[in-house]
Amino acid sequence: MDDQEGFLVDLGNLLVVDKRKAGLSPSLSKEEVTRECLARGEQALQVLAEKLFSIPSTPDKAGPIVQLPAPTLQLPREKPLPKPRPPTKWEIFAQRKGIKKRKRSKLEFDEQNQEWRRRYGYKRVRDEKDIPIIDAKPSDEIGTDPFANRSAQKKSRVAKEAKNQLENLKRAAKFGGKGALPSTIQLAATSLPITGTKETPRRINKKEIGFAAGLASSSTASGGKFDRKLEGEKQAKHVGKHRKFLPVVEGSGIGHQELQQSQRVLNKVLGASSNDILDINKAVNVLNVQDEKRAHKAKGDGKGKRKWTSKKRSIGKNKFRTK
Amino acid sequence: MLGVVKPKSKRGWRELEKRAPKLTENVKKVLLLHGTSTSSTVKGVLTDLYRLKRADGNAIKYTRKNENIRPFESGGESYLEHLSQKTDCSMFVFGSHSKKRQHNLVFGRMYDHHLYDLIEVGVEKFEPIVMFGGAKKYAPQEGSKPCLVFIGEGFEQEKELMHLKEILIDLLRGEVVDAINLGGLDRAFICVAEGNKVYFKHCAIRLKKSGTKVPRIELIEAGPSMELVVRRHCLPDEELKKKAMKVALKSSKPKVKNVSRDSLAGKVGRIYMPHQEVKNVSRGSLAGKVGKNYMPHQEAYMLPYGEPTTLLV
Repeated sequence: MDDQEGFLVDLGNLLVVDKRKAGLSPSLSKEEVTRECLARGEQALQVLAEKLFSIPSTPDKAGPIVQLPAPTLQLPREKPLPKPRPPTKWEIFAQRKGIKKRKRSKLEFDEQNQEWRRRYGYKRVRDEKDIPIIDAKPSDEIGTDPFANRSAQKKSRVAKEAKNQLENLKRAAKFGGKGALPSTIQLAATSLPITGTKETPRRINKKEIGFAAGLASSSTASGGKFDRKLEGEKQAKHVGKHRKFLPVVEGSGIGHQELQQSQRVLNKVLGASSNDILDINKAVNVLNVQDEKRAHKAKGDGKGKRKWTSKKRSIGKNKFRTK
Repeated sequence: MLGVVKPKSKRGWRELEKRAPKLTENVKKVLLLHGTSTSSTVKGVLTDLYRLKRADGNAIKYTRKNENIRPFESGGESYLEHLSQKTDCSMFVFGSHSKKRQHNLVFGRMYDHHLYDLIEVGVEKFEPIVMFGGAKKYAPQEGSKPCLVFIGEGFEQEKELMHLKEILIDLLRGEVVDAINLGGLDRAFICVAEGNKVYFKHCAIRLKKSGTKVPRIELIEAGPSMELVVRRHCLPDEELKKKAMKVALKSSKPKVKNVSRDSLAGKVGRIYMPHQEVKNVSRGSLAGKVGKNYMPHQEAYMLPYGEPTTLLV
């Protein structure tokens, strides 16, 4: 800001401030006030004009063009400064390996069509649709469609890239907040986990909904048996039946299913790792609780010192076994 | 689950990029609106401010009345912040009229679509643009950059008037440019502070010939003229102010384009030539000028020293 007899000039904003007193007494009429204001304004603008016209200018048909300096009065921004985006996985890798971006030309010569074509986009050089013949390789299986293979591979590549992009964006949003994302892209579910332990709510699938519906429909007094059904609603599966017994007699096709089932059970119980299926602690606790109850009953519900006569079984493999 | 949401059209993409935070920002857009009851004065002021800032789409005016806007009450500014987000406006002028506060205008600014600061002003003796005829002959061009003049010691001493000055500069200054055409200086806003009143005038500049290089300035009143009385104001809190006043560190070296270095050729530059119809370039009439050096069917253009060269087409 330049000082000149009480005038502050800010060329960058085309601003003049006249620090002197206005000197408008309230007794003046409207016209006099206007005249005074305009007169003072003209004075101030003359100071500004002197400064402006003294800057070296380049001539133009409309008038001299002048380079303004940066404004001295700083005003608050309307939006925060743009945040730099954190590097993507590839960028980190490239930096580590020293891989530099190389500039590719927009056009490439297409040998097949003998003309210059774009590298990507409409009528591009290596368009999948333009390939007329694919030579068979000795490793190819008979019956596979190589064209379908190529398109399937492309689809999987595109899907992988989309997934990678999403991962990079999520990383950027996690470390930099929303400001680190590019302005044109948003992440759909904005509820990012705060502590990282909360999982995003999972969508239930058709099977789970069916299961829940089945539970609800059978949670009636009669087990859902006599409820009026909606149009098209099918009967519930396994009505009343919740245990499946295998046939005792060997019929046709069923074979020795019952025999197999019994054998399976025996193997589990008598086998080498049979101890592992039994929870010994739980079994011991169950027996101890039974003993206590028996003792309590024998003593009666009276007051009186209870003597701990019952022997508590110790938790030891061998001791239990011999019993 | 989480997924990437992108705008569906190129236009949408462009709009979002316009609204993104940038190093050098856009001109602040103004949202002009009024509350449940207004007076014709307030409506007139809003209309005139809209006309002043309408160029380049820097002003949005809402014609319907808006309830539940109480900028000075906590919670009463939430609707304004929502509108600011929707319209991408960082400044607003909210007009209202009541027995207690007659012809009331609230000027406000937003930072990141949240309320930054406010100032409440009463309008007395308003004269619209229509009354002046807009200074017909010397009417300023729409969208031209104005000169701003603030007269009076109040603007340097009184807190409220200093705040009003800052807000008015932000509202009226337009785009920050690094070069202007001095012939295009055609409007000025004059604010004179006397006591607690501010006389606001908008004038057209007429540059008259003077003896020197600097022309004599004559002001012709155009546009709205009002008397403003500052009522209340709300300064931004220090932390928010610090954030908003942050300046990006500018890189000292400007980017040089079309220059590259080659190990064999050294410094190499690129010139982009416009399309030239070489065949149609007139060679002028050769009548009477045929001399011993005349060669009618020359394909290569000769340099003065007779060295042939090819044109970069």
